[in-house]
Amino acid sequence: MSENAIYAESLTKRFGSFTAVDHISFSVAKGEIFGFLGANGAGKTTAMRMLCGLSRPTSGRAVVAGVDISRRPEDVKRHIGYMSQKFSLYDDLTVSENITLFAGIYGMKEKDIARKSRDMLTRLGLYGERDTLVASLPLGWKQKLAFSSAVFHEPAVVFLDEPTGGVDPVTRRQFWRMIYEAAERGITVFVTTHYMDEAEYCHRVSIMVDGHISAMGTPSGLKAEYGAGSMDEVFYILARGARRSE
Amino acid sequence: MSEVSVRNVSMSYGRVPALDGVSLEVEGGTVFGIIGPDGAGKTTLFRIMTTLLVPGSGEVRVCGCDVRKDFMEIRRMIGYMPGHFSLYQDLTVEENLSLFAAVFNTSIQENYHLVAEIYSQLEPFRKRRAGKLSGGMKQKLALCCAMIHKPRVLFLDEPTTGVDPVSRKEFWQMLARLKAQGITIVVSTPYMDEASKCDVISLMKDGRFFRTDTPEAIVKGFGKRMYELGVQGSIVRALDDVASVQGVESCSPFGDRIHIVSPSLGREELSGRLSAIGYDTSSLREAEPTVEDCFIEFDSRQNE
Amino acid sequence: MMRQFAAFIKKEFLHVLRDARTMLILLGMPVVQIILFGFAISTEIRNIDLAVVIPSADGITRKLTEKMDASEYFTVRCVLQDSKDIERYFRDGTVSMAIAFSPDFADKVFSPEGSAIQLITDGSNTNTARTAAGYASAIILDGLTEDMPVSTGGIRPNIRMLFNPQMRSSYTFVPGVMGLIIILICAMMTSISIVREKETGTMDLMLVSPMRPSVIILSKMVPYMVLSTVNYLTILLLSVTLLDVPLSGNFWSLSLLSLIYIIVSLALGLLISTKARTQLAAMLGSGMLLMIPVVFLSGLMFPVESMPGFFRAVSAIVPARWYIEGVKKLMIEGLPIWLVTKEFIILSAMAVLLLAVSIRNFKLRLK
Repeated sequence: MSENAIYAESLTKRFGSFTAVDHISFSVAKGEIFGFLGANGAGKTTAMRMLCGLSRPTSGRAVVAGVDISRRPEDVKRHIGYMSQKFSLYDDLTVSENITLFAGIYGMKEKDIARKSRDMLTRLGLYGERDTLVASLPLGWKQKLAFSSAVFHEPAVVFLDEPTGGVDPVTRRQFWRMIYEAAERGITVFVTTHYMDEAEYCHRVSIMVDGHISAMGTPSGLKAEYGAGSMDEVFYILARGARRSE
Repeated sequence: MSEVSVRNVSMSYGRVPALDGVSLEVEGGTVFGIIGPDGAGKTTLFRIMTTLLVPGSGEVRVCGCDVRKDFMEIRRMIGYMPGHFSLYQDLTVEENLSLFAAVFNTSIQENYHLVAEIYSQLEPFRKRRAGKLSGGMKQKLALCCAMIHKPRVLFLDEPTTGVDPVSRKEFWQMLARLKAQGITIVVSTPYMDEASKCDVISLMKDGRFFRTDTPEAIVKGFGKRMYELGVQGSIVRALDDVASVQGVESCSPFGDRIHIVSPSLGREELSGRLSAIGYDTSSLREAEPTVEDCFIEFDSRQNE
Repeated sequence: MMRQFAAFIKKEFLHVLRDARTMLILLGMPVVQIILFGFAISTEIRNIDLAVVIPSADGITRKLTEKMDASEYFTVRCVLQDSKDIERYFRDGTVSMAIAFSPDFADKVFSPEGSAIQLITDGSNTNTARTAAGYASAIILDGLTEDMPVSTGGIRPNIRMLFNPQMRSSYTFVPGVMGLIIILICAMMTSISIVREKETGTMDLMLVSPMRPSVIILSKMVPYMVLSTVNYLTILLLSVTLLDVPLSGNFWSLSLLSLIYIIVSLALGLLISTKARTQLAAMLGSGMLLMIPVVFLSGLMFPVESMPGFFRAVSAIVPARWYIEGVKKLMIEGLPIWLVTKEFIILSAMAVLLLAVSIRNFKLRLK
């Protein structure tokens, strides 16, 4: 079990009489890229919020980066990174101010921040832009920068909530290369997406329908199991029967 | 004569150019797709075609009318679904639809047949506020509202963004039926895999169209060979290794496989070169390029 | 055309009715303001705690003390022998005013060298202190003159407050609250509701439709017009029943003036909405541009006559100033409508001008 970066057992969240997440169990290995798919309202966001320590489970248990999320939700946050399409960086701060801010939040030392951010920005080809306001960067650069900031403190797990929405295909591919690099460094990647072709990029995916996990496995395994040519079809077969929406 | 005709339109916000010499012709009764990432200029183009913005330069005609002079006539003949959900969230499904009917001087009863098929799915929720609908339902309602006055041309700006794949698929099925009724549809999307649902697509980036054709012709025009290779171990190292092989132009990750683009290498040649640097090529096979691959390819050719 | 208009007005009413919280605030605000101004933040003086220092008791000092206590303005808390303890009483809050008579007051009062009375007030609240001192002097003077030999025939000031014999502050603020509430609801709510449609994108859809902009604008105005009419009537009713402020003038003239003012406010809201891009900007804009002038420059807080020249000039373009003046004339002073012609003309001109400018500015297309 120690090799699992995320381990969830019968994780459940109820809001009144509504069960948003209904006894889901799964585990994600260290360094794995895990795609967390589901229709709108299937319970993805709620599950992700619980795993990040933002929302307390009604019942069940989950351990993220060795920390029990019900008992020590604050400690979970120290070991994870988070990036979403909606909120990632402060537009009115410069590139390096953003990095310093996020690294500082996670308690990194100033000296380390300076050295590491130089390396990172050079690798991204953004070193010349370090004093530029994030607002004036193209979307693709912002997303890459946001991802780099999310893994800057080398978290055990990084949660990506639809990270590539609307970015151009070239950037999307570069972005995925960065995800592979992070995973190979040992960072576990937990990603949600609406791009079904991206589901194919994951090592393993789960598909949530109506609060349950309806299917879980490697993309090729799932395609074989459901006799489908693409993940899109697998998803359609599973989610078509969904009864609830949002 | 085409239903929508855009000729050499440019537009800028202050000094930032949003559209740079865009042209398109949409034939009546077809589905025209504008495919591109955020910031490509799709929304600006839609706003020009729907008479919300006056083009900086160039000529735009919709249903034969000029967008500068005859915009009131155009407004009567088109339906528009803006990028984000733009209905009244605090009104119910039914209230929204009857409002839009009234705006065009008609009523739900008069034009029920136009939206019957889509609206029947919404009817169980007709007393529900629009803000409380799911993404897919909102989208159906928005389409009904855009359809209720029997428009000749429908403009749909990113109708499927943020909507889950099941609703997206259903949405495209609805569009196919509208097209069968003879309605002309102009639609934009950031999802490359939706391109195949259109009759003609334009690939758009940075305010420019860099290729307009049928989806099949676009894929045919890729002009290079593409392979897929299964990889054991580090994908990142494999990408670097394979990219340095002579004759390989680029490669990209694809799960536990990588995609390799080469202008000319045949399978045998490539296999030999990969084996030479220690890769097991038993899984190497030729792959079909996607619209996204074409987008990247044409985009890079454009930049050369 | 009528179908569009009717459908649109219905929609606007639905927006207002669905947002129950906002509507409650809008309808409750005038009630709360009237009650606050009427009872809590009263500028009137009542039951001021008083200490009296009488070094040597005699008939006159006793009489004056009783007179003070009997008045509704003062309550005598303690009578002291000498003045050295006064400060302590001020400090612990037992009293907020003291009257100290000089020794042998009665013997010397009608003698050539005279007697002295010292009034000590709590200066931390200047207004109250000044008013209280004024009342106290009046009572003392009154008490003393009664005892004067008739032959002396001294001058006895006789002050009469016209229109407001009891110096009631409600007479000042009722017109002020009307001016404030109406501009707030009409301008702020109209601008917010238009900008909200810009933000959510529904305005795009309306513009793309063959709707005429005048229909969009007019139907936006109707519900807020109704709401502010309800508020106007509520304030009027509360003032008359609860605060005993009389409606001395003609109800219909007052209502006509209010209607014109409501239109001015709606047009102002519309004008703000053509400039503001976000609901927040609309709110701040109407807050800054309308609230502050209304509160400070309309005569609600400070009389226009005592403003420095510059501010007096600025106050001339604040619609609320003219409205409040008109309401005072019509409601409190009970003047006939022809004496309020100036206010009517100014407000009507403002209404026409603002409406014209804002309709012109309301774009048929996006920027």
